[in-house]
Amino acid sequence: MTKEMTGAEMVIQALLDQGVEYIFGYPGGAVLPIYDAMFQQDKLKHILVRHEQGAVHAAEGYARTTGKVGCVLVTSGPGATNAVTGLTDALMDSIPLVCITGQVPTHLIGNDAFQECDTVGITRPCTKHNYLVKSVNDLPRVLHEAFHIAANGRPGPVVIDIPKDVQFATGTYLGPKAVPMKSYRPKVKGDLDKIKAAIDMLANAKRPIIYSGGGIINSGREASHLLREFARLTGFPVTSTLMGLGAYPAADPQWLGMLGMHGTYEANWTMHDCDVMLCIGARFDDRITGRIDAFSPGSRKIHVDIDASSINKNVKVDLGIVGDCAHVLEDMIRIWRAEARQPNKQALATWWKQIDKWRSRNSLAYRQSNETIKPQYAIERLYALTRDRDVYITTEVGQHQMWAAQFFKFEEPNRWMTSGGLGTMGYGLPASIGVQLAHPKSLVIDIAGEASVLMTMQEMSTAAQYRLPIKIFILNNQYMGMVRQWQELLHGGRYSESYTAALPDFVKLAEAYRGYGIRCDKPGDLDHAIKEMIDVDKPVIFDCMVDQAENCFPMIPSGKAHNEMLLGDVAGDIAKAIDERGKVLV
Amino acid sequence: MSNATPASASHYPAATVKEKIERHTLSVLVDNEPGVLARVIGLFSGRGYNIDSLTVSETEHEKHLSRITIVTSGTPMVIEQIRHQLERLVQIRRVVDLTDSAMPGIERELAMVKVRGKGENRVEALRLADAFRARVIDAGTESFIFEITGASEKIESFINLMLPLGLVEVSRTGVVAISRGPEGM
Repeated sequence: MTKEMTGAEMVIQALLDQGVEYIFGYPGGAVLPIYDAMFQQDKLKHILVRHEQGAVHAAEGYARTTGKVGCVLVTSGPGATNAVTGLTDALMDSIPLVCITGQVPTHLIGNDAFQECDTVGITRPCTKHNYLVKSVNDLPRVLHEAFHIAANGRPGPVVIDIPKDVQFATGTYLGPKAVPMKSYRPKVKGDLDKIKAAIDMLANAKRPIIYSGGGIINSGREASHLLREFARLTGFPVTSTLMGLGAYPAADPQWLGMLGMHGTYEANWTMHDCDVMLCIGARFDDRITGRIDAFSPGSRKIHVDIDASSINKNVKVDLGIVGDCAHVLEDMIRIWRAEARQPNKQALATWWKQIDKWRSRNSLAYRQSNETIKPQYAIERLYALTRDRDVYITTEVGQHQMWAAQFFKFEEPNRWMTSGGLGTMGYGLPASIGVQLAHPKSLVIDIAGEASVLMTMQEMSTAAQYRLPIKIFILNNQYMGMVRQWQELLHGGRYSESYTAALPDFVKLAEAYRGYGIRCDKPGDLDHAIKEMIDVDKPVIFDCMVDQAENCFPMIPSGKAHNEMLLGDVAGDIAKAIDERGKVLV
Repeated sequence: MSNATPASASHYPAATVKEKIERHTLSVLVDNEPGVLARVIGLFSGRGYNIDSLTVSETEHEKHLSRITIVTSGTPMVIEQIRHQLERLVQIRRVVDLTDSAMPGIERELAMVKVRGKGENRVEALRLADAFRARVIDAGTESFIFEITGASEKIESFINLMLPLGLVEVSRTGVVAISRGPEGM
């Protein structure tokens, strides 16, 4: 398709040609022509946020749950700088986004014009790629290229900075098919020789583990199916990073739970003691490895990643396979079957016996209370009461996020949206807006902390405007809980600035935003209150007052290996745990 | 290290890996587009890699390609990282480690060296320049400018010799390199 049109019209046309349904944005001087072009059509739906950071997180939530590219439109200067946190978040978690920013007219660039900033300079390190489009003739190519780059290879955010005069200028629009992608063609098929070598290692393993991650989710639903098939075929235990939850069903007996700093005892010990590790779509992040030189010391490691720079970055592996998870898993399954491979059943049985021993430590146990709501209990009840629903979970960042990861069980991918790499407080509320738009009939819950959620609380107004019945389930302990936990464990209990002395009345706040507020502070009332939350067809803020002193366990203390975890029951009485372990920790 | 954090006081793992530092020359073929150099430099500064030398110029006008030669140092793991991180950039076509290959590449550098002096020093400077095959490209009654090309070490020793003879200033291109044999990049 070729047609004469303005730059602003090209933007709308290209988004439609790329199959974009929703764009999250906020208008301003430098994007007015694009907003004007948008006004004159009704296919592309715009979601007006209350802050540009919210627009990016909402697009991230949308992208994470649909597998499509999320879209953002913001103005120059402050519009672009406000988007930076979201862009960095998307880069760290490999979320495909296209973010269009307005720019001052080309003849004013560099003149410190009103609402000017060096957007491509500022966003260069926090995007996968970015463009400043100085001629309308380049615009169609750049728009389509941006989608290609965002979605292919390791996904990530792409910024297109468009000066206002380029939006007004007229040129020839080219459709996606008319634009060839000249250089960016990432490798998706893994090297067959290496895949065969991996099969050899795995078939001969005595103590294997599959360590999967967010790459499985990014690769698409097929990758999750293939992961399950490969696990079934081999009988190997499976663990996953925070970002990969849902790729493997939590109800499956081969599932060990999440690994890493707040992972389960069995997942971390299995990682530590394994002899062959298959890392697929994960990146040996420091939250996973703990102390590098004591990380799974006796194992031979296979690493499958679409990003060659992830291989041998943190941990030196024995076999690196560059390729897309789904493609590589497909080849592995095919070869395993074709060569009629069998796992070492006897060794595997012994291995599982050992894993069951670790499992029996019941590392997620916590001390129940009749007076105060334990945060773990709140998540458990939330999970139990929403099991038969079509439920999607987003989170903020902190203790509540870890408890959600530990106690909410996911059976399917794309149902768990959380900020893993950057750890952005304030992610969950706007992300839930994007998720709810993608699944209008489903139950979308933001499991939140009272500190995090206040960072992007203004987006309640967005939820109200579009009648999105998101549920914000706040575990309110009046502390920045994870900060408080670290201060307790590492800084002598000096709670420097981690207590919020003047929190808003969340029930009234919900009402002020035309939503619905619920407060609950007794374990006995919790079920009833959660049911009420589910039934309300409005945005809800649920203020769940929980135990202020509860800590998140299990935990790998700093500078420690996987087999040196602190357990909740050991530390049930935290003061005692500090006495015993204090010398190590403080 | 005086600023070492006790392992238990931080929630990040301590640096534990200690490997030998190596010096490598990378040849990088890039699309000659705005921002590509900024991207490469930003990658190095953002990820804490070293740049010992960097040169860049357009080499194939019709294809719109430039070649960047980077001399960097790091552990073998870091060098491998640098290569992969560079390859990840959208505008980068190819990265070749000229130090790693079976046939290491040839490296050259050009320097202009300004020397000021009279009498005996002046004669000595000219004599040494001749020995180093440095050319005089500007001469006055009180000064010379020499042009010298060669491996960095040769230029280094020439500059050191000029130091006592009245060295004023030096301008160097940095290293350019190319692989040996009939194959191109």
